[in-house]
Amino acid sequence: MTRYLGTSVKRVEDPRFLRGLGKYVANLTLPNMAYAAVKRSPLAHAKIRGIDTTRAKALDGVIAVFTGEDLLEGTGGFKCGSLPCGFQVPNLNMPPHNPLAVDKVRHVGDGIAVVVAESPYIAEDALDLIEVDLDPLPAVVDARGAMADGAPLVHDSAEQNLAFHWPLGDEEAVNEALSKSDHVVELEFINQRLIANAMEPRAAAAEWDPATESLTVWTTSQNPHTIRLLLGAFTLGIPEHKIRVISPDVGGGFGSKIFHYPEEVIVPFAARAVGRPVKWVATRSESYVTDAQGRDHVTKAKLGVNNDGTMTALHVTTWANMGAYLSTFGPLIPTALYITLFSGVYKTPVIFGEAYGTFTHTVPVDAYRGAGRPEASYLVETMVDLAARKLGMDPVELRRKNLIPTDAFPYQTPVALMYDSGNYQALFEKIEELSGYESLRKEQEAARAEGRLVGVGFASCIEASGPAPSAVAVGLGAAIGLFESGAIRVHPTGKVTVLTGSHSHGQGHETTFAQIVADQFGIDIADVDIVHGDTGRVQYGIGTYGSRSAAIGGSALVKSAEKIREKLKQIAAHQLEASVEDMVYDQDEGTISVAGSPDMVKTFAELAFASVLANNLPEGMEPGLEESSFYDPANFTFPASAHVAKVEIDPKTGEVDLQSYAAVDDVGNVINPMIVEGQILGGIVQGVGQALWENGIYDEDGQLLSGSMLSYAMPRADGFPSIALDRIETPSPHNPLGVKGAGEMGTIAATAAVSSAVLDALAPLGVRHLNMPLTAEKIHQAIAAAGNGGGE
Amino acid sequence: MKVSMTVNGREVTGTVEPRTLLVDFVRNNLGLTGTNVGCDTSQCGACTVHMDGMAVKSCTVLAVQADGSTVTTIEGLASDGQLHPMQQAFWDAHGLQCGFCTPGMVMASVKLADGNPAITDAEVRHGLEGNFCRCTGYGNIVEAVKQGAAAMVGGES
Repeated sequence: MTRYLGTSVKRVEDPRFLRGLGKYVANLTLPNMAYAAVKRSPLAHAKIRGIDTTRAKALDGVIAVFTGEDLLEGTGGFKCGSLPCGFQVPNLNMPPHNPLAVDKVRHVGDGIAVVVAESPYIAEDALDLIEVDLDPLPAVVDARGAMADGAPLVHDSAEQNLAFHWPLGDEEAVNEALSKSDHVVELEFINQRLIANAMEPRAAAAEWDPATESLTVWTTSQNPHTIRLLLGAFTLGIPEHKIRVISPDVGGGFGSKIFHYPEEVIVPFAARAVGRPVKWVATRSESYVTDAQGRDHVTKAKLGVNNDGTMTALHVTTWANMGAYLSTFGPLIPTALYITLFSGVYKTPVIFGEAYGTFTHTVPVDAYRGAGRPEASYLVETMVDLAARKLGMDPVELRRKNLIPTDAFPYQTPVALMYDSGNYQALFEKIEELSGYESLRKEQEAARAEGRLVGVGFASCIEASGPAPSAVAVGLGAAIGLFESGAIRVHPTGKVTVLTGSHSHGQGHETTFAQIVADQFGIDIADVDIVHGDTGRVQYGIGTYGSRSAAIGGSALVKSAEKIREKLKQIAAHQLEASVEDMVYDQDEGTISVAGSPDMVKTFAELAFASVLANNLPEGMEPGLEESSFYDPANFTFPASAHVAKVEIDPKTGEVDLQSYAAVDDVGNVINPMIVEGQILGGIVQGVGQALWENGIYDEDGQLLSGSMLSYAMPRADGFPSIALDRIETPSPHNPLGVKGAGEMGTIAATAAVSSAVLDALAPLGVRHLNMPLTAEKIHQAIAAAGNGGGE
Repeated sequence: MKVSMTVNGREVTGTVEPRTLLVDFVRNNLGLTGTNVGCDTSQCGACTVHMDGMAVKSCTVLAVQADGSTVTTIEGLASDGQLHPMQQAFWDAHGLQCGFCTPGMVMASVKLADGNPAITDAEVRHGLEGNFCRCTGYGNIVEAVKQGAAAMVGGES
């Protein structure tokens, strides 16, 4: 019997996707289905003076039109509530977020009314017949500008547009350390807004069953149980046990499908009101103005460093754009997932960080791949590069000087986190070898001598993945614990159904989890089936985000498997007339035998059948073979990485040619190397996208200027070298699989590495810093300014 | 309006509004939901199908324009239960994650690789510029297309 852990098992979910048999929400058709479309605000800020739906309602094929008032008033005692924020930092100002706007619209794309019609085409037609009388008001789009005197208020209840202020660390100690440092490097910069662009646009469908007074909702969600909880407790008022939420195949998320969205409320409301199943599918244009967006920080940072390269202190103030409403986890991202990461892989002794979360007339901001951690690593790595340049020291040498030593784990940082394990020195050795760092520097020297703009970028990053111990998460503001649930049901023939609260949206859980369970029992992977994404089948779940599924969801399955193995041992001992202590479970063969007597043996399938035959079980044992577990992690896991990028810039056009890229990651033990490498490769390319091209740009009126796949520049197949990957494995000591998060590491490191390379290339021109994205236009202007004796 | 076409080897007819897109006809009238819609500006390529031997974005073709033509969708690519060599290569090379761009990516790749068994990295990367993938970072897709191209020799394209 093959052991599956550590091997690149081909993905069991792939054939259905390759044959066009993926079950995405948009593919769902139910008898008598009607179709919804949402009328959206074309303005970022306006008073709603009136909505006339008469003409829309009169259109042939239109079944109903509902406005925000209709949802609040309800029909038949059924009404909608405000969308809640699930992460409540201290003193959070949480204004209401109605599923459809009432009185005022607060961002372009804010929903105003919903049409239900016989076809999607008719629903779209009817949108044009809804007359909305909007009184335009001034808008604010900039995170820091929102706090300025006289800035238009997004919510009257939030003075200075402030949602929260979140400080962490000893500011006095930091200021003192900075004042004693040989040098203090300072920088003010922007981490630009990004748009997730999962390839599958969001969709929701709902069916109300009047016979059982129960609701089924299909939605493109990374965490269907959380959506059910919020629907039951806040937004629909239907009892939770009368709601079933199904997220079938989900076509990518990158965070944007974690959150509870207005359409998940509007569509069920409409379905119940019209008495028919209703489906809504976002157009991509809608995705751009309604999917929660990412990043968008303005930051001022100061790093103290001594002449020998020792980092002494870090002081950071960030203004984080929350958008028009607080998205489900919005306040978490620039606080507990950002400031706590400021130590990076370094032993900086004192750190202070604070974030102001502000409302603006833009689409809400929440987690996007990495979620706070890429912002932190970009900040730390950019500051470290500046310090190295100030001291005239090689940036890798400076980093090495400040690395947390291998014998210091578990390591308590000055910003709350306790790193579980790591070996950053080994990481550095491997990346320097893999990237050929020294020869890259020599090539660069030669190129510079010829006047060419060649840059080498380095980033060494930490991630806190697998959020989180529930006590910690709730203590920080989470409205729910962040454990995970996993159940294993062994059928009479020895086939196995696994029910997990994690939910794949591309990560390959049907393979990875099957590998884990098959190895636990020593059975064939084909005998294991994974069920996820359905609150009607899976007992409970927290879902997939924050690189948590293997570490937490996988560990829950290990716990359940251990319980089942124990029960199997008891049955075997009873039937073989031996003591339980003498039973040996052979996980290679899937058998249990008596120690020293290999012929006294039972197979997994025999014992599974014995458990339901139930005529010869130990006294008092219940028949059947099914166990459920809830695994609450003892800590985050702390993956680390070191990436090197080499670029050459065309001085005439400013275009960046990414010529080589090498990455060494430590995500602990690896269950499926192919899948992990796929995650890291995909993450790197997304990270490069932020460094070079992607930008969610709002003009001062709050119009999104990059609101299509034409104007929002995502990575395409062209323009990438092949990427060299390697890894080290420092197991996490606190989960049974020894795994750490792998889904976000690529993104966290790549943005910093590529930005570092571009700025390194431009350094000889006196360019100190450029904000991302590092587009040809921006670089060209910087080169031109440098030629005029300028520079930034 | 009435339209007739051959889809995946089967003669089909239907009544559509003149504005009906080919992708909506295929998905809604024929129930072939393998062809996905990822955008509304013809940028993403998720809806790529074959029409009269060409790879086309079916969100940019009206159903009436396809009247009388021969269309192959992702559901029609495998034959006799066997994955097409390009489908197999995407599986082997881990050329997909969430699977949403995959039908269009595979359909585009089949045409791109047709008659070019030794297709180069640069040709693949340039040839797939009209297909977005947000998950894989493209590297494994490039590898898959090269493998698929080599395996397609002598086979059906």
